[in-house]
Parts: sequence; C-alpha cells; structure tokens
Amino acid sequence: MAAPTTLPFDPQVLRADFPILSTVLHGDQPLVYFDNAATTQRPRQVISSLVEAYEQHYANVHRGIHWLSEQSTDMYEEARESVRRFIHARERHEVVFTTGATASINLVARSWGDHHVRPGDEIVLTEMEHHSNIVPWQQLAQRTGCTLRFLPITDDGLLVLEALDGLLHERTRLVAVTAVSNVLGTVNPVAQIVSQAHAAGALVLIDAAQSVPHAITDVQSWGADFVAFSGHKMLGPSGVGVLYGRETLLDAMPPFLGGGSMIRRVTLEGFEPAELPAKFEAGTPPIVPALGLAAAIKYLEQIGMDNIGRYESMLTARAHQVLEAVDGVHLLGPDPRHKAGITSFVVQGIHAHDVAQIMDQHGVAIRAGHHCTMPLHKRLGIAASSRASYYFYNTLDEIDQLAVALQHAQRIFHRAGRSRHGERP
Amino acid sequence: MPFDDEQEVYQEHILDHYEDPYHRGHCAQATHAHDDDNPLCGDVIHVELQIGDQDRIESAWFEGDGCCISQASASMLMEKIEGMTVDALKQFTAQDMLALFGARLTPNRQKCCLLSWRVVQAAVHAPVESAPAQQATPGNSDPSGATQPTLREDNA
Repeated sequence: MAAPTTLPFDPQVLRADFPILSTVLHGDQPLVYFDNAATTQRPRQVISSLVEAYEQHYANVHRGIHWLSEQSTDMYEEARESVRRFIHARERHEVVFTTGATASINLVARSWGDHHVRPGDEIVLTEMEHHSNIVPWQQLAQRTGCTLRFLPITDDGLLVLEALDGLLHERTRLVAVTAVSNVLGTVNPVAQIVSQAHAAGALVLIDAAQSVPHAITDVQSWGADFVAFSGHKMLGPSGVGVLYGRETLLDAMPPFLGGGSMIRRVTLEGFEPAELPAKFEAGTPPIVPALGLAAAIKYLEQIGMDNIGRYESMLTARAHQVLEAVDGVHLLGPDPRHKAGITSFVVQGIHAHDVAQIMDQHGVAIRAGHHCTMPLHKRLGIAASSRASYYFYNTLDEIDQLAVALQHAQRIFHRAGRSRHGERP
Repeated sequence: MPFDDEQEVYQEHILDHYEDPYHRGHCAQATHAHDDDNPLCGDVIHVELQIGDQDRIESAWFEGDGCCISQASASMLMEKIEGMTVDALKQFTAQDMLALFGARLTPNRQKCCLLSWRVVQAAVHAPVESAPAQQATPGNSDPSGATQPTLREDNA
C-alpha cells in the first residue's frame, strides 16, 4: 500500500536519531518497537544531554555556593520552566518533579488525601484506570474510610459520561481519571469531566501519562487541579515524572516526604516546610533525569505535538484496517477516531502471551497481559490482551508487520486435528 | 532461518498437548485438589489427584485456562505423574519439570511452565473433604465424586 503523501514529517529522518531503532534481532529481523505505552525509546539528543550533564554540569542542586552547583541548579530550574511551558501551566512552581506518574498520584493521595478526605467522603474513578490510579485511592480508602465509586465504560471502551452526574454529589471530593486509556486507547473528554466535577464541588486529578507524550497539553484549558505524568513515556529518562498542581491547592497541602530541601528551617523541636515546589521535593531530586526530560521536550516541540498526534492517528487507523482484516482478531476499545496510538486486541484461540512470543520472533515488540489494568480486563471479560502502541518513529510499513506475524501465529496454532499420539490428518 | 527459537518453544509435541491435552477434566475419584494462577498473565490451573492406599498417584486430571505453555505443560505433567508415589512426586523438582517440557524458555515463560507443577506440589497436601477414599463420615460423600475447585485452606 502506498503511503499517503501527507505525512506531517518524515519518520525515517526522525528514526535516524534513535540508535536503538536500528537493532536487528534473531539474525535478520529489524526491531519493530510497539511497546511505547510502556516506555518509549530515546533519541541521541536526549542521551547526549545526560552525558553532557554528567561530564560538564553535575553537582547537587539548591545546596552549594560553588560554581558547579549554581550551574546545576540553574539547569534544573530551566528544566522545570520547559515543563511549565510544555503543559501550559501558569506558574513554574506549580510543576513538582517526582520519580514518575505513580509517585505523583501517590503524593496527592497522601498529602491532599490524608488531610482532606473524611469517612463517608467519596472519590470517583473509572473502570479503565491503570492500577497506579486505583491502588493509591484504595490505600487512601483504607486509611480514611472514604468510598470509591467507578464511572462505568461501554462495551466498546468509552466512558459512560451520562452516568457521571449521578455519581457526583456533595461528598465527592475528587474525580481521578485517565486522559487516555493505556489499553483501550480511548481519549477521554477531560475538560468536560473537569467542568462537571467542579460544578459538583469536587477536585479533579488527570492521569496524563498516556496523553502528554502524544498531544498538546494545556492544563489550564483542561481546568484540572492535579495532572500526573512520566518522563520515560515521552523520550525522557526513567526516574523523573511530574505532578502539576494548582498553586492554591499545593500551597495548602502538607509536605509528603520529609528530609532535605523540603524545609525552610529545622530545629530539634520541629520544622518549617519550604515554599513550593521545594516543599514536595525532599532529598536530592532526579537532577539529570529532569535535564533529560527538558531535552526530550525540546525534541518533541521541534516536531510539533499537533504533528505527532496527527501522524499517530494515521498509524492507529492503519492498525485497525490491518488487524480487522485478520480472521479471529477482536480489537478492544472504540473506533479509531476516539483513540490515541494504542491498539489492543485478542486473538481467538491464541493466548496473548503466545501472540507476543510469536510477534517477537518477527522482531515485533508488543505487550501481552493485563497491562496493569486487571479491573478493566475483568470488565471486558478477558484474562489478557495483546497491545501494540505507537510513537512518531513508527511507520505504516511496521504496522503491516503486525498482520504478517499474526497470520504466522495462526498457522502455528490453528492446524486442525492435532493429537498427542502423533496421528496427522 | 529466522524462527529457530520459536520452533523450539512451539514444537509439534507441545502444540499437540495444548490442543489434545491428556486428562483435561475432572477426576471422578479425586482425593486431593488444588488450584492457583499466575496473576501476571491470567493463567489458571486446577488439579485433581486420586492418591491410593500405597501413596501412589492413581489418576491425575487438570482444568485450566491460559497460554500454550501453561496448558501443554499441565497435560505433560498429568501424564508423567500417574503411577508415581507421593514421595517421588515431591522429589520431582522445578528443573525436572522444565526438562519434561523440553523447549528452552525465558525466565518469564518458565513461570507459565511451572504453574501446574506448583499446583500439583500443593495438591498432595490438600485432601478433598468429601473424597471417596476418605469417607470418615458416611453419607457425606458426593456420589458424583465431583470436587469443588476451591481448596486453599490446606495448602502447606
């Protein structure tokens, strides 16, 4: 099939920036990396920013008087400014560096949750949440006696938004929802959810781990109170993530982790917490990973987030076309126009792990299992699924490899008349 | 040949056990039973054993759901342990199980292969309350011999 001529950029040019994408495995199979929802790869520009930081600029931040520490501190704070600009936050100190989206959500559950949630209060989640946006709230429920409510999904993986108002009432303290499902690929109407929740007096936390890497993020137009995401899903290093929080909320929250950096003054009798954002960055922060994240943001901005989103829609549409043409393949989630670059599926008669293993023999790296969404899989009535997830460096030709590998899996498994005794029809 | 490794995992005799398993179903005279899963992948195995007077495994059956490796290895194991004494079964190690399966497995897939082995090792410590061989209370046995797949309390 000829590639459409309207690609917003040349993926081959961008691929050249990613050393790992030229990997050849099993002798002669070029790597097809379709596990981007788990973690993305890194371009040379990000990798070299890490090396450069360690070779030329590294010292601890917010501590030393010496030249190197000043330089390191400046760069770390510039990285915070890059993030602020990238997600359109109003203030730089509304950006807290954490170790990842999971840590960001846990910070809110511990700091905000422990101090604002009372027995009988309610928190609304959805049936499509990642475990990292379920378990911290279950733990909060254990600590405080609050109740969790779940916004249901339709059979084709859309939120049942008509049910939201029915779940919201005066005891609802928070709605925590993913911007994009890491399994279904569903893009949720974040701004609408925020507006309904706010109308009911509830705060909103957005798990943006699957959306920030792939689309323009504007936390102010969302109106969100908290937004969590990870660096490693957007070309950055692992070990750094972000919690965005509205200034007034973060200001009113007590520190979560205690230690260095997060204090203004310590005496033997007690401590005074530091101002934002240091209040939530106890200990030595992920300094170099944060610089790497800034390099990743610079790289993404050069491509243009709108271009990335547009291109990934083309990949998803092609994936639907290709996978729907294979007999026995059932795609999870909605129509491609409601999806980001994620296609999960089940293959009749072949377990997801066997699908992934045979894909691997074709050089195709996909995820198999429950993808940290056991409740979602239970809701869908399946134990496991296979997931191919894309980024701007994937190509339409790579998508076609999915079908080739699937047909091979079916040749292996769907031979009629097998018998342990070796008789063959 | 790009598919050497996979040919090793999805060997014909493994696929044969997957699609034509040995003793998939219920053991009418089950004395012991156990079940477990691999939550990571959703593989589930339930095993029912009939252990006779001589502490010998007279009959071994399994039910389950999951990947080719988890189900084929269960079939192979049922076939292997019938006739074994309980002592011999206890000495049948995880390494023995991997050797029985034959194909080379990565550590993650070894967990799939070892699920049925784990269940069998626990099952010998998990007597079925209403088992025909242990009719301590007459009238309490289920004439169908059917056992329910939730006997977790006795797994040592």
